[in-house]
Amino acid sequence: MRFEHEDWRELSRRALEHIKGKVDYADIRFVSRDGQSVEVKNGAVEGVTLTQDSGFGVRVLKDGCWGFASSSTPGLDEVLRVAEEAVAIAKASSLVPGHRAVLAPARAVEDVWRSPYKKDPFEVKLEDKLELLLEAERRVREGGGGKVVVAQAGTAARREAKSFASTEGSYIEQTITEAGAGLTAYAVGPGELQRRTYPNGDRDLSGLYGWEAIEQLDLVGQAERVGREAAELVEAKPCPSGVTDVILDSTQMVLQIHESCGHPTELDRVFGTEAGYAGTSFLTPDKLGKLRYGSEHVTLVADATVPHGLGTFKYDDEGVPGQRTVLVDRGLFSNYLTSRETAERLGQESNGTMRADGWNRMPLIRMTNINLEPGDWTLEEMIRDTKDGLLMEINRSWSIDDKRLNFQFGCEVAWEIKDGSVGEMVKNPNYTGITPEFWSSCDAVADRDHWRLWGTPNCGKGEPSQIMHVGHGASPTRFRKVRVGVGR
Amino acid sequence: MTHERVEETLSRCLELSRADQTEVVVKASRTYLTRYATNYVHQNTAETDAEVWVRAVLGKKIGMATAKVLDDETLRRTVRRAEDIARVSPDLPDFASLPDVTAAGGPVESPAYSKATAECTAEERARGVGRVCALAAKYGFEAAGAFSTGVSVLAVANSLGVRRYAEMTRASLTAIVIGPSGSGYAEDLGVDAGRLDVDRVAETAVGKCRDAQDPVAVEPGEYEVVLEAPAVADLVTYLAYLGLGALAVQEGRSFMCGRLGQKVTGEKFTLWDDGTDPSGMPLPFDFEGVRRQKVVLIEGGVARDVVYDSYTAGREGGRKSTGHALPPMMHYGPMPLNLFVEPGDADLESMVRGTKRGLLVTRFHYTNPVHPVLTTLTGMTRDGTFLIEGGKVGRPVKNLRFTDSILGAFEGIEALSRETWLSEMFGFGAVRAPAMKLASFKFTGVTQH
Repeated sequence: MRFEHEDWRELSRRALEHIKGKVDYADIRFVSRDGQSVEVKNGAVEGVTLTQDSGFGVRVLKDGCWGFASSSTPGLDEVLRVAEEAVAIAKASSLVPGHRAVLAPARAVEDVWRSPYKKDPFEVKLEDKLELLLEAERRVREGGGGKVVVAQAGTAARREAKSFASTEGSYIEQTITEAGAGLTAYAVGPGELQRRTYPNGDRDLSGLYGWEAIEQLDLVGQAERVGREAAELVEAKPCPSGVTDVILDSTQMVLQIHESCGHPTELDRVFGTEAGYAGTSFLTPDKLGKLRYGSEHVTLVADATVPHGLGTFKYDDEGVPGQRTVLVDRGLFSNYLTSRETAERLGQESNGTMRADGWNRMPLIRMTNINLEPGDWTLEEMIRDTKDGLLMEINRSWSIDDKRLNFQFGCEVAWEIKDGSVGEMVKNPNYTGITPEFWSSCDAVADRDHWRLWGTPNCGKGEPSQIMHVGHGASPTRFRKVRVGVGR
Repeated sequence: MTHERVEETLSRCLELSRADQTEVVVKASRTYLTRYATNYVHQNTAETDAEVWVRAVLGKKIGMATAKVLDDETLRRTVRRAEDIARVSPDLPDFASLPDVTAAGGPVESPAYSKATAECTAEERARGVGRVCALAAKYGFEAAGAFSTGVSVLAVANSLGVRRYAEMTRASLTAIVIGPSGSGYAEDLGVDAGRLDVDRVAETAVGKCRDAQDPVAVEPGEYEVVLEAPAVADLVTYLAYLGLGALAVQEGRSFMCGRLGQKVTGEKFTLWDDGTDPSGMPLPFDFEGVRRQKVVLIEGGVARDVVYDSYTAGREGGRKSTGHALPPMMHYGPMPLNLFVEPGDADLESMVRGTKRGLLVTRFHYTNPVHPVLTTLTGMTRDGTFLIEGGKVGRPVKNLRFTDSILGAFEGIEALSRETWLSEMFGFGAVRAPAMKLASFKFTGVTQH
């Protein structure tokens, strides 16, 4: 027997019927993912891979304790076995005393949703993809001369079909199609390895799009510059060490927002459930509505409704509608990303951020699209207004402490700013700070015309590991008196 | 998934294939994880999974397809898809062949199976977690971590006659115990869940936590350091990631480029990979079915070798795969996953006694490369960092950020412990490492806790 989409509703009904007398709450999710990745490197095809992944997971709550079991084996017998296994695991959880979960109320929903796209990325001929990528990759090498030792071009597409059914009466089906592409050049010199990418790091999935997104990227048109800049970086002067003003391009703001706002506002992390892995958060509930997180220029929102975001969906994996929530309002820490269980502990309802990485994982609170609202500067005005500083682009290295306070981020490239003008290229730029001090030093945010929504398809959290697709929108942003060139 | 069913799946895919060469990998697992925090179980999971990967080779063209459902129709479709992809792909000029029986090496044994792990129940894991939580609660602390057990199967077959099957188990327990102003950490990892020392993990993490309260801030700068084994394992893991695979060397990305035979660290540092050593987490063959060989990577501070898969070996003429291929859809190249750092003759106490003014580091957090060729990494200390003054462990200190070249820091290895410990490597490999005393390690920042 195979996993047929049309069976999901009936299998879900049978599973929930089978265990509902034994638990206080249960839900079941079926997930089927198709993926295609095409990678070319140094004039050859490195890999074309088609992946298919499907299965189901049953989550139960009994006496305030969770149990979860999952399987990729199809068939009603396995569905009923796994449902029973989840109940048994919940019973085992109750052997350890302590906190007991209570769910905030949620409305039962019946709905079907498909993310929109214009051109199905799975229908584009492989030959056409290869032709585009090989040409772009060739131009990367040309642009880099002899210094580029690795030139890569890749494209990826993913389609996830999933259902959610609960003992509270919800049944939701969603189908999400994602696509993206990118270029990478590595150039070497004595004791030096430099990377340049387009459009933004190793992010082959950029959003909820079809092939039209790849066509708009103009990979071939950008390729020569990517190769050339990688080669130039090898010879560029090193990042100075000291304190200076920094303008972060929207490509680097992605990482800045992700690590220092997105993760610390996850309420499960705040309550300690990630302590055993990547840590907790400095944004404890006593700071809610009181802490000055950043300057008045800083308004950060979690928005699962923004079109085409890689963190966009109609319902989360608890069946709660995707929403827009202000996390930081003109500098004031205002809200968290929540689930039904964690929201209840604050007397709230969930703002719909629970997602699971596939059929075999329990949902966790995950970022949606965490965006910095645009300001009213142009980038040109910001540069003209900066006497001495650095303009940094595209993340290359990241590290932050286990409460999300002390961070150090490195970028692919920076350009000096001297007396209001952009100057020479700088290699190995990095900067460090303490989260609220850093965001409080923000004094300029570029306007809507400079604002871009980027996809981050590699957000890690949880044990067993879950990799989530999230989005971040931002425009170039200036921070004053930042420590740069750490470790030189 | 039964052994018989795995063998049937391998055979069926090979039968269905019309490619010049075909490789089939079956991966199946049953894994369980009991996750806890603030002294209760907040996540408790079970997963039953099976997967098949098919690599079809037509001349020098290669196609890959995977599937989760292993019925005949899906296997047929998956094989066809891999062939279709190969058909339209350009040549991979450096590709020579999938490994044949000779290249794959002789028979292998799978020393990595434990019945106690395979049969470990949710109740047993919960009881173990309960012991950690109870001890933490006794001191008014909160414990977090995970107790995981699992059994997995890896089977590889190809049309040149290679056929491998291994059944392995893995069990691990981690504990972070958190007090009002500091935390402690301990871990245990092995093949046999019955041999995990739950009480030692609990006592060590609680003891560290007690010692870690009321930390003081120290200025960043260069310090002598005594690194406990998890901290050493973290640094070694990144060395492997950055440059101990042949592809990184062939592409000029590795710190080993042009340095084989040369001194790269102090003479006390020797590092090897051995996927057959039962004191690690053995995996006797790689994802191409090639028997894993012991490869000495750095010996007495001198760069000796890197690890190979069949593709990177084929690019160097006379080389043979050392049995370090990663799954074929990962394009990172071969990587060592079973690392061993040679121990010394010291112990933790003597290393502390030999430190005038330095820091004792339990482990690092969120380590990441800053400059791959210089092996410069950055990361934070976590879960127990202490000042050492006059040969004695003193006050706990607030966590510090390091930014330093690892090979450079290893120039100054002054002592290594006799005892070694096993740590996770990216969640699937493992590093067995001793504690280490370094003459100097550069800290570039400090945080607020």
